[in-house]
Amino acid sequence: MEDIIIIGGGIIGSLIAYNCSKYHCNVLLLEKENDIANKATMANSAIIHAGYDPDDYSLKAEMNIRGARKYPSLCRELKVDFKQIGSLVLAVNENEVHTLERLHNQAKKRGIKTQLIGRDELLTLEENISDNVIKALYCKQTGIVTPWKIAIAAMETAMSNQCKCELNQEVRDIVAEEDGFTVKTQDHTYRAKIVINCAGIYADKINEMVTHKKDFNILPRKGEYFVLSKNASNFVKHVIYPAPTKKGKGVLVVPTVHGNILLGPSASKQKDREDNSTSESGLAYVREKVEKIVKNVPYQEIIHSFSGLRASCASNDFIIEESSVKNFINVAAIDSPGLASAPAIAEKVVNDYVLTRLNLSKRMFFAHRVKNVVINECSTDEKERYIEHNPKYGRIICRCEQVSEGEIIDCIRRKCGARSIVAVKKRVRPGMGKCQGGFCEPLVVKILAKELGISPSEVDYNEKGSPVLVCESKGVHHEKG
Amino acid sequence: MIKEMVCIVCPMSCRMQVEMDKKKVVSVSHNGCVRGVKYANEEMSNPTRMVTSTVVLKNAALTRLPVMTASPVPKRKVADVMKQINKVKVKAPVKMYDVIIENVARTGVNVVASRSMDAIK
Amino acid sequence: MRKVDCVIVGGGSAGMSCAVAIARFGIKDILMIEREKELGGILNQCIHHGFGLHIYKKECTGPEFAQLLIESVKKYHIDIKLDTTVINITEGKKVTYVNEDEGVVEVQAKAIVMACGCMERSRGMISIPGDRCGNVLTAGTAQRYLNIDGYMCGKRVFILGSGDIGLIMARRMTLEGAKVLGVAEIMPYSNGLSRNIVQCLEDFNIPLYLNTTVTRIIGHPRLERIELSSVDENLRPIKDSEWSVAVDCLLLSIGLLPDTSLLNKLNVERDPQTRSVAVNEAFEMSLSGFFACGNVLQVHDLVDDVYLEAEVCGREVARYLHDGFVDEEMVHVCAGENVAHVVPQRLRKENMQDDCRFSFRVKKPMRDCILRIRSGENILREVKKRVMLPAEMEKLDLEKSMLMGAKDLVFEVKEDV
Repeated sequence: MEDIIIIGGGIIGSLIAYNCSKYHCNVLLLEKENDIANKATMANSAIIHAGYDPDDYSLKAEMNIRGARKYPSLCRELKVDFKQIGSLVLAVNENEVHTLERLHNQAKKRGIKTQLIGRDELLTLEENISDNVIKALYCKQTGIVTPWKIAIAAMETAMSNQCKCELNQEVRDIVAEEDGFTVKTQDHTYRAKIVINCAGIYADKINEMVTHKKDFNILPRKGEYFVLSKNASNFVKHVIYPAPTKKGKGVLVVPTVHGNILLGPSASKQKDREDNSTSESGLAYVREKVEKIVKNVPYQEIIHSFSGLRASCASNDFIIEESSVKNFINVAAIDSPGLASAPAIAEKVVNDYVLTRLNLSKRMFFAHRVKNVVINECSTDEKERYIEHNPKYGRIICRCEQVSEGEIIDCIRRKCGARSIVAVKKRVRPGMGKCQGGFCEPLVVKILAKELGISPSEVDYNEKGSPVLVCESKGVHHEKG
Repeated sequence: MIKEMVCIVCPMSCRMQVEMDKKKVVSVSHNGCVRGVKYANEEMSNPTRMVTSTVVLKNAALTRLPVMTASPVPKRKVADVMKQINKVKVKAPVKMYDVIIENVARTGVNVVASRSMDAIK
Repeated sequence: MRKVDCVIVGGGSAGMSCAVAIARFGIKDILMIEREKELGGILNQCIHHGFGLHIYKKECTGPEFAQLLIESVKKYHIDIKLDTTVINITEGKKVTYVNEDEGVVEVQAKAIVMACGCMERSRGMISIPGDRCGNVLTAGTAQRYLNIDGYMCGKRVFILGSGDIGLIMARRMTLEGAKVLGVAEIMPYSNGLSRNIVQCLEDFNIPLYLNTTVTRIIGHPRLERIELSSVDENLRPIKDSEWSVAVDCLLLSIGLLPDTSLLNKLNVERDPQTRSVAVNEAFEMSLSGFFACGNVLQVHDLVDDVYLEAEVCGREVARYLHDGFVDEEMVHVCAGENVAHVVPQRLRKENMQDDCRFSFRVKKPMRDCILRIRSGENILREVKKRVMLPAEMEKLDLEKSMLMGAKDLVFEVKEDV
């Protein structure tokens, strides 16, 4: 019997696993996808909002403020990037100026430093601000991260500290019993004392398996984005928001940690929980709305578009509580500012529900994550050293992002390692550049096949059963080994 | 019978009208120049195509060797040529223009290597 | 730090032809850097024939053309680094490359030739809506999988874009046993050579749908279906014209882009029309001693044109290294009415050799038209053309004597009325 089963390996589940792994306990994380961090964590705005925006007294406000403060040290611990680039909320009319003033006061109350600035000062910070912007709320604390890399790093560390992770396991049934729970997936049956539901868009379904009631209802909301190439990296330097409305934060312009720019998201409700396709109308909406806040948008640098489903809920606040069934904990409806709140949510769950119920002792020897080599970010001397140690770091596979074979092999061999083309792309970036994998994908497929001991035609693109190649030519069958 | 065909000799891409009597070209019209007549005659009487493909290659850094017919083969034989190409396995080293299949599909044409390939050291 | 006369970035057709020309003109210290394990570039995966009619007086396959060119390269003392990637170039002409054996190496060059080709436009660049499955790939990537690696990426294939690579792949996949269900082209005309339309599509009864594009990609986790729509005269999809096809692979042949990413950090003049750098008649960029030729400069249709362009570039590199160029005012060369772009974009009359070859493309198919090169109101040259197509790069040689008095040049094409 496990001590804890975590359902769902998004950033919330991964960080809970990470926090639990600091204690002596048996933790198993079940993920229905072929990789962790493959849904909402993979497709969001990647911003660590400072926390002045959520309504007073909401769990969102509390978690966001506390979560944002934890990010710098968490990212240091996990050895992933955190960049505090600051943000600007823009107002185009007097009404919106009032909104900015309200946010400014709210920030002050919450101990977050913000500044109201006029158009002239704004233009010294950003060139491509739309002509009708009159005022801005400047917040230096706002940061950006690569959300999936945080989740992967957290999971990798958790696994180095005895946490287990099973991919491609979809939870089909949960039975509450005297001393714990039986959790059934399509392949296996597991048992645990505590079950933590971090199933994102499916959290209501998972809850229903245990409580047999519709305690809450997850409403998938789709957000569509464009990605601009690094050629456009000078377009903006800060996170640019329109003035928020009741509907949400609106369409943003966001620099990424790696020098791309995101435009988005759209926001449309939908029923289908699997459909994260992009649409003509959604992408058109992003183009239309983004023009409100910025000008000279370098659309010719668009290299990719994607969409993600956010797990919203009618009450518009996070659900972090024990369900009506003891020891079954819901961590649900984590939509914006879920990313910024994640470290605080994970901490709250572990403090309030894990440590109070299980008598756990802290690990004496906690294995910290060893940072992966990123050749593109190394000095010449460092590159020399790494290549001397392992020549594969000298063989560049992805020319756009300058990713070496050594980095790709490393990300497959690590704990919580990559099992698909997308999983490699998420971890070390081949295919994230301008050619979108046109040149490097065949090479990545070869490396994955060799490392996993399978045929190239068995190498998945993303989900299990999604190979790019269907067979060998000439009717030849792969000879293993 | 009159058949319409696009001349591929030059970028003009003339849409020619070719008057046929059974398998013989009687006349060609709407052609821009005399080269169209020659093309129409060849294409109607005995259309030919180059076939290029790959064959399975052993003992080399790559697993496929590109090959080609040494000269064009009758169009109707292309499928037969492919069938034979698909069955062949070659072992490196190979030199460019080495004969891979002699008299492929009884066309009198050889399939040859279209590049050299070293053996693995 | 190692010093060399010239670094050539890329060992494909442009790099090799340029290297041979530079060497033939007496430059000894040439370093050619190629990222693949062998020379030849994209030619190695273009196993179809039709290359080299001009250069080798016969129709070669891509690998054959590459091998013939490699044999010429081997006659000269050119230092070749394979499996090696250039990771940085400075304005001071320091080139940094990296490979497994040497690690990171910095070389000081007197001249640099960019000959690193182009990349295919991807799904992301045209934002095709729908699911994100891995079975939507560029035709060139599928070509590599099939011809080099020996793997098929689909059994029921559709192709978006009627560029030549797409047409060639339609035939290639068919011969390998796949069913190619059609080719869709958003324009009202095909973008491929008519020979390829006939021999790659018509020979196999593969339909070509003009004024049509893919408007949705459907399938999870693998591709299952694509939705196609007719487009109006502004290339916008027409509502309710949708139809769909069950496929397991969608290949994109929607254009090529020069890969100038290594020059991103340099302050060098660009040409938004070619989406590459601007060069003068010596194929030199606005930065002295930096040259470009082949598909990195402008996308060519024929490797023979790449070869010839790179040869002239090589001759000019040698001239630059022997004597240097004379500083003089530039004549601007502009694309006028109906012309998409012109290369070179600049002209130095004193430095110019006996003549200069201009390459350009028209924006739309035109019949019975007049190509006119003018300098202000002064018409320098008029050429009647029966047909001009966007899919075919036009070439025109102008003699030095004709250009001596000229100011800025405009290339324009008009219907002949």
